[in-house]
Amino acid sequence: MKFVKAKLLMVIGMLTWFFTGCSNPALSVVKPSGEVGKMQLNLIYLSTAIMTLVTVVVAVIYIYVVIRFRERPGDTHIPKQVEGSTVLEIVWTVIPIILLIILAVPTVSTTFQIEKRPAPSQHPVQINVTGYQYWWKFNYPQAGITTANEVHIPAGRPIEFVMQSHDVIHAFWVPSLGGKRDLEPGRMNRLILKADKPGTYEGKCTELCGASHALMNFRVIAHQTAEYDAWIRSMQKVNSQAKSVLAKEGQRLVGQNCIGCHAIRNGGYKVLGGKGPELTAFGQRTRIAGVLDNNPQNLRAWLQNPQNVKPGSRMPSFAHLEKKQIDALVEYLESLKGSSQ
Amino acid sequence: MTTIIVLLVFAMFLGGIFTGGYTSRYVKRMEESSIWGWITTVDHKRIGILYLISGGFFFAVGGLEALLIRIQLMFPNAKFLVGDEYNQILSMHGTTMIFLVAMPLLFALMNAVVPLQIGARDVAFPFLNALGFWMYFAGALLLNISWLFGGAPDAGWTSYASLALPDYSPGPGVNYYVLGLQISGIGTLMSGINFLVTIINMRAPGMSYLRLPMFTWATFVTSALILFAFPPLTAGLFMMMFDRLFGSNFFSVTGGGNVIIWEHIFWIFGHPEVYILVLPAFGVFSDVLSNFSKKRIFGYHSMVFALVLIGFLGFMVWLHHMFTVGLGDVANSVFAIATMAISVPTGIKVFNWLFTMWGGRLRFTTAMLYASGFIVTFVMGGVTGIMLAVPPADFQFHDSYFVVAHFHYVILGGTVFGILAGVYYWWPKMFGSLLNEKLGKWNFWTFFLGMHLTFFPQHFLGLFGMPRRVFTWSPGYRLELGNYLSTIGAFLMLIGVIFMVINVLLTLTKGAPAESDPWDGRTLEWTISSPPPEYNFAQLPLVRGVDAWWLEKMEGNEKMTPSEPLGAIHMPNASHLPFVMAVGLFISGFGFVFQTSEVGAIGLIVVIATLFIRSFQEDHGHHIEPLELSEKGVNH
Ligand code: HEC
Ligand SMILES: [Cu+2]
Repeated sequence: MKFVKAKLLMVIGMLTWFFTGCSNPALSVVKPSGEVGKMQLNLIYLSTAIMTLVTVVVAVIYIYVVIRFRERPGDTHIPKQVEGSTVLEIVWTVIPIILLIILAVPTVSTTFQIEKRPAPSQHPVQINVTGYQYWWKFNYPQAGITTANEVHIPAGRPIEFVMQSHDVIHAFWVPSLGGKRDLEPGRMNRLILKADKPGTYEGKCTELCGASHALMNFRVIAHQTAEYDAWIRSMQKVNSQAKSVLAKEGQRLVGQNCIGCHAIRNGGYKVLGGKGPELTAFGQRTRIAGVLDNNPQNLRAWLQNPQNVKPGSRMPSFAHLEKKQIDALVEYLESLKGSSQ
Repeated sequence: MTTIIVLLVFAMFLGGIFTGGYTSRYVKRMEESSIWGWITTVDHKRIGILYLISGGFFFAVGGLEALLIRIQLMFPNAKFLVGDEYNQILSMHGTTMIFLVAMPLLFALMNAVVPLQIGARDVAFPFLNALGFWMYFAGALLLNISWLFGGAPDAGWTSYASLALPDYSPGPGVNYYVLGLQISGIGTLMSGINFLVTIINMRAPGMSYLRLPMFTWATFVTSALILFAFPPLTAGLFMMMFDRLFGSNFFSVTGGGNVIIWEHIFWIFGHPEVYILVLPAFGVFSDVLSNFSKKRIFGYHSMVFALVLIGFLGFMVWLHHMFTVGLGDVANSVFAIATMAISVPTGIKVFNWLFTMWGGRLRFTTAMLYASGFIVTFVMGGVTGIMLAVPPADFQFHDSYFVVAHFHYVILGGTVFGILAGVYYWWPKMFGSLLNEKLGKWNFWTFFLGMHLTFFPQHFLGLFGMPRRVFTWSPGYRLELGNYLSTIGAFLMLIGVIFMVINVLLTLTKGAPAESDPWDGRTLEWTISSPPPEYNFAQLPLVRGVDAWWLEKMEGNEKMTPSEPLGAIHMPNASHLPFVMAVGLFISGFGFVFQTSEVGAIGLIVVIATLFIRSFQEDHGHHIEPLELSEKGVNH
């Protein structure tokens, strides 16, 4: 059979390409950087192995049958009408059951294991995650700080993400650390993950949540413990007062236009809005709204037309502001960094 | 404006119904036209063709949507179809393919074949059969005119609350989903009941349950699944409808509702639905493989048992679509095991198919190619299904492209291959001519390779972190090649479909007429002419075993032994009422979509009026006398 060979070659070629070509470790199930992801990958490998075995057995019988019992020209014999075979049928009932048991035992044990809450001795960090149409809020109840779209965690310590949605169902997925949990309105969920080593890992929303579902990204940034503690302190002691003249104008404009939806701590504002992402230490973030690289030019583009970047975004456009005012806003926002004490 | 049009149409219909038509001459001419014949038909064979045409039409629509999706996803950060527009295409692609393509095409085969396979002259309730079709069609039309009036549904084919609630999907889109599916779903439920009763009551003498051809068995189990799975959908859609149109709070959290309830209801329907789609295909493959291997099906009893078991277990596993909802380790484990259990009867079927072929004389017609292509493809889709049943692994796979790959392998490799195999196999019986085998082979190879090229790389896209239902993706994460190949594959499938269309057109215009038994068949449908006469069997056959026709042929008989003397044959009368009722439902649905209850009520009045007319109509059908039969060349 030419086709079977061609197909096998195609499949094998593709497999090797995909695996040797290798995925990006910041966003990959097959290159996990965390304990949970590794346990999950082990199960993926185990089930793949068992299933490959099954597929190969079927394929071998299949290829044999197709080649061996193909009608030859001039062949008109009537094959024997076999009713069945109890022995064979028992064989292919029992063997799959055994294979399934081999798979089921580690499945159940891992299922229980990854839901287990970490012991206090492991110094778990709790982070409250809230999903909003197209952005993520991260709140650290122990440290009393809030950030958005980028969550900093200490490597090597278990993180308990306690999650909920503000509006529609979202789902929290960091492939490199381990998957995945839904964020539902009116219901609390918990996901425990751990990063083995410092690094940046990409996160995605995986439940269709509206027009910009595809762009509801976030980043997990894992630090060494000391670095993480420093980050927490810098966030706690943040100073959001503008320094330059232009930035001062920006700070005033934020008070006029933005603070009803956004919060900036220690900036002298009386209101701290909650409808949009927290902008405290916004200048530190690597991206704007989880999509654009964080630089003045992109920030300008975002403020002038957020829907162009993220269709359906709930952030209003500020195209009506003068160019100078936008410049001032950008200057101020980009100057917001954590305190460097 | 719409209200006025709808009122006008309605007035015309009322006038037509109650005054006995416009002028009698006009009515007469209308009744003689062939379109009127198709609209009023209650003949299962013609209804089968209606299902085939409309299913084929919506396949083109859904396929076009798929191509648009693949064009947008071919390259990163494309701007061809973004945001809500993409979500509309995506939602309609899924909804169309499942409810408006796969289901009706399967019903096309069931209608065309099941009564013939059991030696019956029609289904048990021919009127209901027509009504089921027209309701499906009304619902399908309602769903698709959303493109023209107000925008299509955009919350996915699963339409999860709260995204599907008015707060987050404010336009009429999801109303179309709710009402369109409601109407066509009730039609499906009717057809399911109809086939159950038909198979229970209308079998020819000697056709015991354990002599039923496998396709009939599959239809039987499928119909039972429809009977139990569609009512939850109906209930869920009603709740969603009340939430959207009348301000109730079943799913709205701010009003004290619960979003998870919708997921449960949807998947209590949705998982059996998967088996509703695939079991009939299993039936087709069993018949086709057995026929072209020239062997009876290997392990008939365990094949039947496996069907029933799959159908039963299909109701116990819905939670595996919801592992990530966070229902806890106990629930997840229980449903994981239940899901794995389904693979045992499925495995039995696969090996029985292989051993049906073993020792046979395999003739690779197009139908057989599809059947054998199915075995490999479906096994690949099935094993990824078991991988998905492992909850911790599913946490990684869920809602990623891995899942997209998985279900396209089973739905295309199972259902669609099954439908295509069935169409090539039974085409002569339905239309009296054979599809061209050469074009058929081109069709198969392009479609088959295209399908693998499209969906095989998607497994890796999922593992490399691409979520499903996204309108774009970023470069730099090794998603480039997979997406590129996938789009190429989609176009290869398009080429395959074009071959099919050419084949059908050529065959319809100048196909050679088919004999009654072109494939050296084994079951009763091959004992009568192609296409069969209106009454199918002049005399009901006497069935003496599994593969009744093969049995007679092996004993040197040239026809089935009749089980009755030639006598008058009772046939149902054609009726336009199913069509009118569906029009009423369509009007009503359209009214409710735009929350104009007056129009909705008017449509319902049309429905009730026709129900009333039907209930008090004395319609005993008509008889075809033996004399007429002998004139048509049937000898006593
Ligand atoms: C009506 C409420 C609202 C107002 C007013 C508003 N925003 Fe926003 N903003 C949002 C929302 C909602 C988002 C999240 C959008 C998304 O990701 O889809 C957002 C996102 C942002 C982001 C990206 C944040 C991140 O985490 O990357 C920036 C920067 C921003 N807004 C700046 C501003 C500025 C500056 C103003 C005032 C000129 C302003 N916003 C006014 C609602 C608002
Ligand atoms: Cu989301």
